[in-house]
Order: sequence, then structure tokens, then C-alpha cells
Amino acid sequence: MLGLDLARRAWEWFDSRTEFSRLIGPLIQFRVPPRTSWYSALGSMTLTAFLVSTVTGMLLGLLYVSGSGPAEASIRFISYTAPLGGVIRGMHWFSSSALIMLVAFHAIRVYLTGSYKFPRELNWVVGALLMFLVITNGFTGMVLRWNQAAVWSTLIGVGFAGRVPWIGHYLGYLILGGQTFGGATVSRMFAVHVFFVPALMFLLIGAHLYLVYANGLSERPEAGRPVEPKMYRNWYREMLNREGVPFWPEAGWAHVVGSFAVVATSLALGILWGAPKLGNPPDPAMLHGTTKPDWFLMWYESLVVLAPKGLYPYIFVGLPIAFFLLMVSFPFLFNKGERHPLRRPWAPASVLAACLIVGVLWLWDIRAPWVPRFDAPPLPASVVGTATGRIARGAALFHDKGCELCHAIAGYGGIRGPDLTNVANRLTMNQIQWRIINGSPTMPPYGPIMTGTELDDLMSFLETRKAPWGVSPASPSPPPK
Amino acid sequence: MNSNASAASPEGEKPQDLLGIRRRPIAAGCSLLLAVAAVFLIAVPGAIFFLAPVLQTMPRVWRRIGKLDAFQIGVTQAVDFEDAAPLPWAGITAKRAAFVRRENDTAFVAFSPNCTHLACPVRWMESAQLFVCPCHMGTYYKDGTVAAGPPPRPLFKYPIRVRNGEVEIQTTPIPFV
Repeated sequence: MLGLDLARRAWEWFDSRTEFSRLIGPLIQFRVPPRTSWYSALGSMTLTAFLVSTVTGMLLGLLYVSGSGPAEASIRFISYTAPLGGVIRGMHWFSSSALIMLVAFHAIRVYLTGSYKFPRELNWVVGALLMFLVITNGFTGMVLRWNQAAVWSTLIGVGFAGRVPWIGHYLGYLILGGQTFGGATVSRMFAVHVFFVPALMFLLIGAHLYLVYANGLSERPEAGRPVEPKMYRNWYREMLNREGVPFWPEAGWAHVVGSFAVVATSLALGILWGAPKLGNPPDPAMLHGTTKPDWFLMWYESLVVLAPKGLYPYIFVGLPIAFFLLMVSFPFLFNKGERHPLRRPWAPASVLAACLIVGVLWLWDIRAPWVPRFDAPPLPASVVGTATGRIARGAALFHDKGCELCHAIAGYGGIRGPDLTNVANRLTMNQIQWRIINGSPTMPPYGPIMTGTELDDLMSFLETRKAPWGVSPASPSPPPK
Repeated sequence: MNSNASAASPEGEKPQDLLGIRRRPIAAGCSLLLAVAAVFLIAVPGAIFFLAPVLQTMPRVWRRIGKLDAFQIGVTQAVDFEDAAPLPWAGITAKRAAFVRRENDTAFVAFSPNCTHLACPVRWMESAQLFVCPCHMGTYYKDGTVAAGPPPRPLFKYPIRVRNGEVEIQTTPIPFV
């Protein structure tokens, strides 16, 4: 076959000039412990997600303009006009979301198999730094969408940074690129997202992979076989000689399958679902905006809203710092001993607890009871029972005074405060009036901002909110969304 | 016979040494010094460039927001104005907003729209006479004090004055940091 023969000769020429097979051969055929490939593939999948994000990011950079004026227009062009622009943007979104998820899964797996113990402590630290960089890029990427949500997300980030003691406002100015939001902000985010963080990540990923190569891929933990630093290396070498399998092509199969799944899923979801919608332009003077954080930060928003007022600096800033410090100190505190999770019940217990906490906070943020329901319409006459007189005026006040932002009656209104459909069954008129006048930590006292007449009208309306025993008042279906 | 034999001089100097000084440690030491110096030559200007926003102060400029007669007493309204010294390419991001209320003939009060919890823009509800934040429901009375919710302190105020029949508001750095 002329073609094959030519190819073989070309390869031999290349190999003789580069010594490629002499270098790469031993590298990719390095031996790994048996039966580790399917769970250790998470690491390669993380790397693949990073590479897909990088490649799609580079492609986006062909069209994205990082100037405050044109950035929004350039992203619209990419998303809706450029051929396959929406797909590339979608792939970028899904591969970077996958990267964040896979970093978490990979870290959890390493934690559960005790692979951070001797001699791999440094690799864990490098991984913690990589995780921090990934989150930084997640935040800056959110801002680079440069829509209205980006403006307020940046200011929220500055609000967090501003709570660091002593240097808080300097950190805020650093994020903004000035003393206020403006022209320098997007180019700074762009430089960090595209140049600084990826450069550091390439360096650290290189270190991360080198350390795996130098210390060997960690073996499956076995109960009753603790890590003893003095004996570990010899034992490991002997075990590899006895039972090790070459990474390429045997153990690597799982890594290839996993990585392929990451690429294919990014493409499929990029085509079918696409990147997040853009919304309004980044106008700091548009005061009717609101912002929801991207999915990977939604649980953190819940935590932030539930934090007690006096503890804001500790929760907003202290908690992430404490978590990070705990992460990097872990391998030094617990670098030997049992590796199997069943012999270290703290490990699976803490992972389960963390997943439950994050999961609950995440679901709570979806429900978001703290969002005022600005779009709740005034109560219709069918709910109020009448369209004239004091009761109707009281029902109008229930909307106009802002009660409906937080309270619901017959499905109309918010869910921050108690449902008031049948409040007169639960509370006396005195109790209701007291509450309206004096408020609570989460309800404004209406005493200073309500006249006596208004209060009387409102009370006569609320007095009617009562169900006879066993029968609920006729209420229409909830208003259309 | 070893051509490097030090039979040439009584002190055993190798012919390639210069004036009795060993070259290798000198080369190593000087290389290290120059390398460190090179890093500093890049890093120091680079760091100053990166940290410049922290070191500069933005000018405070009075911006006109309307004639005195255009503002009714007791009415809270939103106004737009341009940031101080925006970069030429700032475009839409140079816009700023504030809530302004005329208290009497000559006195005004101006509030930053940034909620003091996490900087979301608050909305003014005229019928309720309350500022309400759409993010986590921070609520303020018309004087900016906290009525309910997570904000830890009242709304920030912007300096505002009347000059020659024009109402002017002063641009400030982002107030909550």
C-alpha cells in the first residue's frame, strides 16, 4: 500500500528528528495500579472540560469585543448572527459548567479515597489552587456576558470583597478597575478571564499532571492497609511491578471514554439548549433590574440571605477563606493512616453533609421566597368579595402598601411572609393590627407610614379573611404567570 | 598526562581561572542575580499597572440633573447622570442613577440606589413610601433608614446642591466599599 508505506516513512522521519517515541512511549505507558481507571477518569474528564472551554473560548475571542460599549452587541452577534456562534457559545457554557461540576466530583473522589495522603499532599494543594482559579473564571465569565445581570453581579462581588477588613474597598476597586463601575471594568475582567487565570491554570495543570506521574497514580484503598510514609514508596513500586497495568492503552480506556462523553455532551447541549439568554443591556442607571446568580453560586446566595446581620463579614468572606484554608491544610494534618472511606467515617459523613447542605440551599434559592413579587396584581373583586366600600379600599391598600410583595391571599402575592388567605381564623384583630404597626425583623413597621383611616380600611378588609370551619372561601385559580 | 594538570603554578591554579577567581560559582551567582533583577523589572511596573485603580482617586464632579422648578416638594424620583471622567469607550456603563427628593424650597436629599446589603438597585414604591430591593427584599423608609430585611445600614447619600436654579448631584466612588 503506497499510502501506508508513505505514512510509515513520514513517521519514521519525524520520530528520528524528534525522538518522540522514546520520550512519549514510556510516559503514556507508565504503569498504574489495577482497577483504578473508572474513578480516576474523573481527573481526565476535568482536564477535557477545561480544554473544551479553552478552545471554544479562543473561538469566541475571534468576535467578542471587550469594550464597555460594543461588548453586548458583539455577544449578540455571536449568539444570533455568526454561523454556529450560538453553538460555540453554548459549548463554552456547558463545558465550563461541566468543568465546575467535575472539579467538585474529582475533589470529592480524591478526598474519599484518601489519595491526598503521603506522598501526594502537594498535588492536593495544587488542586485546591486550581479549584479556586476555576471559580474565579466562572465569576469573571459571568460578568463578560456584559448584560444587565453582569452589572449587578459585579457590584455584588464588590460588595463581598468590600467586607474584607482593612483592604475591602481596595479589593473592590481592583475588581471594578476604578472607584466605580465603568469602562475599565469589562476589559479587566476579560484580561483576568482570558490571560491571567488560563496562564496560571496551564502552569498548575502541568504541575498537577507531573506530580501524578512522579508519585504514581494512587491505588485503590483497602481497609486495613494504612499509609505508612516510611514504607509506602517501596511497597508501591513492588505492587506496580506485580500488578500494574500500562496506562496506554489499557487503563487509559476509561479516561478516553469519559473525556469523549464530556466533549459530546458539551456539543449536544450546546446545540439543543444553548447558552444563557442575554436580557437587558448593562445600564447601571436602569433601576428595574434584578439578578440571579449562575447555577454554581445559587446555593451561596441562600447562605448569604440567611446569614444573621452581625455576622456578614464572617459569612461572606470568612467562610470561603476558612474553607480554602481547611482544604490546603488537610493533607498536612492527616497525611498518613487508613485510606479506605469505611475506616475514615468522617470522610463520607462530611461529604454527605456538605452535599445535603449545598443541595438544600440550592433548592431554597430556586424557590427564593425573599424575592418581592412586584408583578402581583391587585386582588380582583372575586377574591375580595366586593368592589366598593371600606373593604374594597382596604384590599386596594393591601396591594398599594406593598403587603402583596411578601404575603399571599388566595394565590395572589409573595411567599416571604405568612399566607393571609384565612388570617382572621388564626389571629385576633388586635394581633393583626399590632403586627402591621410594629413589623418584625423581616417586615417593615407600617406605623410611621400609614394613616389611621388607611389602617382602619385595611383592618376591615383583613377581618373578612376568614373561612367558616371546614369550608374554604371561594378562591379563583392562581393568577397566570 | 592530564592537560589540566596544575603543574604550571605553585598555587595549583587552573589555566582557565581568571586572576585566581573560580568562574563557575561567580557565573552561577551572577546569573541568578540577573534573573531575579529581570523578574523585578517586569513585575514592579506590572504590579503598579495592575494595582493602579487602587492608587488613583477619581475626581468628584457636580452633574446637573434638572432645573429647580422641575422638582416637586416631597416627591421621590429617579434621576440619571453621567459618571465623573468616564473612559471614552465607556458607552452605556458611564450612566449613573440616584433617587432624589426635594424636602423644601431649597433642600434636597439624594440616595444611592445601591442596597446596602449587596448593592442591587432598590425600587421606590410611591404608594407605600418604601424603597424595596428586588434581590433579597431589603426595605427602607423614605429617609433611607432600614425598615426590614438584610441591609445592615441605611441607604448611602450623595451630595446634592442647588446652584443658580439648577440642581446638581456630585459623583462619588461606589459607596459601600
